[in-house]
Amino acid sequence: MSGSADRLPRLLALVPYLMSHPGAQVGEVAEVFGLSEKQLIDDLQLVWMCGLPGHTPGDLIDVSWDGGEIVIDNADTIARPLRLGIDEASALLVALRMLAAMPELAEVPGDALPRVVAKLERAAGEGAAEVSSQVAVDVDAAPDALPRVRDGLTRRRRLSLRYYVPGRDEVTPREVDPMRLVVADGRTYLEGWCYRAEAMRLFRLDRVLGVDVLDVPADPPAEAEPIDVTRGVFRPSPTDELVELEVSAAGRWVAEYYPCERLAELGEGRLRVTLRARDEDWVVKLALRLGDTGRVVSPPAMAERVREQAERALALYAHRS
Amino acid sequence: MSRRKTERLLNLVICLLATRRPLSAEQIRHAVPGYDRDGDEAFQRMFERDKNELREIGIPIDVVRDPWEEEPGYRIQRQSYELPEITLEPDEAAVLGLAAQVWQRASLAEAASGALLKLRAGGVATDESIGGGVGGGALELRVDTRDPAFPALWNAVRDRRVVRFDYRGAGSENVRERTVEPWGVVSRRGRWYLAGFDRDRRAPRAFRLSRITGQVATVGRPGAVEVPEGVDLRAMVGFPEDPAPERTALVRVRQGACEGLRQLATAVHPGSEGWDEAELVFTDTERLAGWMASLGADVEVVEPPDAREAVIRRLKGALA
Repeated sequence: MSGSADRLPRLLALVPYLMSHPGAQVGEVAEVFGLSEKQLIDDLQLVWMCGLPGHTPGDLIDVSWDGGEIVIDNADTIARPLRLGIDEASALLVALRMLAAMPELAEVPGDALPRVVAKLERAAGEGAAEVSSQVAVDVDAAPDALPRVRDGLTRRRRLSLRYYVPGRDEVTPREVDPMRLVVADGRTYLEGWCYRAEAMRLFRLDRVLGVDVLDVPADPPAEAEPIDVTRGVFRPSPTDELVELEVSAAGRWVAEYYPCERLAELGEGRLRVTLRARDEDWVVKLALRLGDTGRVVSPPAMAERVREQAERALALYAHRS
Repeated sequence: MSRRKTERLLNLVICLLATRRPLSAEQIRHAVPGYDRDGDEAFQRMFERDKNELREIGIPIDVVRDPWEEEPGYRIQRQSYELPEITLEPDEAAVLGLAAQVWQRASLAEAASGALLKLRAGGVATDESIGGGVGGGALELRVDTRDPAFPALWNAVRDRRVVRFDYRGAGSENVRERTVEPWGVVSRRGRWYLAGFDRDRRAPRAFRLSRITGQVATVGRPGAVEVPEGVDLRAMVGFPEDPAPERTALVRVRQGACEGLRQLATAVHPGSEGWDEAELVFTDTERLAGWMASLGADVEVVEPPDAREAVIRRLKGALA
């Protein structure tokens, strides 16, 4: 909220904030509003120039920040913040309804959810309740693994997982120190320190085929930092090999399913997709799955491997079809 | 926005809130610094723009037309401007803190943090750090609205406006223009859908946002869309109610390979000469064929024949 176009709404929140937090510190207020101290003081100087018609000293808002402590006076007209806009209230209401739809995950104490929804609807302008009921976020039903994973989390116990990796069609045993649950893209993940990878990993709960809570305290190493999921759960490593595929209209799902580096329309629904391959096997499997709806363009060696594998597989069918 | 303009708008808000009686444009011109310098026409234009900008940020300006006065009067009613008194219990604040961090992209993330800021400004304790209190700080919720069409469709749903956009049906080679009365937007498995009435097909339909190409245009006036009562948006984007019947496939699996397949199989019968046999339950033949083809020479579908053929077709396609 530091752009100049947002300045007026910010000032209309800043004045009430200062009124309801008398003696607040410059540094603390700047942080709440996402400003530098210099920007905040500039805001205060602007506010100090405003006030009731007449604009005699007695009409103007009085504000001082001696010694970093902000004191405001004579601002009764705008002492309350502006009511919530439809978008503002809806953004919160939709998220609250999503929480309400996943009681196994959010485990919100008591009836806090309906209470806060009711309060927000009252505080919002007309229309917010209606709009927010027209936007819905579905989260997958609680996966079977959830209760035990949750148990491990709350009791801080190491978990032993059997985890399915579809890209390689493998089931691998993992010992994991659970750290938190992440719900992103409509799926639930366990985030924890994986002793097999010796790194933080996200495990999709619906791919956990089995889980045991071990009688070992979870003790993740000091370097176990939460994974930043703000830009998506899957983020291929920049060192992974770049692969170029051409897909037909029926193969466009690839671009929706995997994070892509580049997309180029080729006409008639065809698409050139550039993505980073986690490993070579993964690309070969993807190309075989795509059949005639997609092909590897580069690197050529990868395209050759796909042909080899397809030939070997077809040989199985040739011997008795 | 220049500093001078921000100052003028803030003074205008204070002036319109403070007045008991509606003020004419002329009275406002004299009361609010920044207007006085300009000529009549320049003032009129400036005042119009200012009113619009205040309305855009949600400030309700009343226009009062008194039959005895020539000019309309303006004021802001305190009770429609102010955030009503609201207090949150600690558990409510915790839930709200969690809800406020759900959105990942600019439009809604800013709306949510704007709302939180107003509540805090109103003296409500909504310490975001308490948000972690739900589930012992061990839960993070994220909803992404990465599709470029999302903001326009959110606005259209909010304003009840008909929309028009180019859309590529699933697997279709062609892009067609669609005109839709939006009823709502729904996220399912991390993908966003628009649910509404398709005017071209004269039927309710769901559209995946990622298949909308180009801009979303609005058609006609706000408020034109009627959402039918009791419409179930989630059901509109759900799976068909009548899924294909379950069938069982018999596959040969190379020994020592396809661990995942073996885990998901309903039965695995040890065989000879390096091969086992597994039974897999499936509904969608093409989905099964895609999976089996991806496993290459480690698996051979024995039956049913249509699934076997589908795998052969894919492998030949990959060879071509």
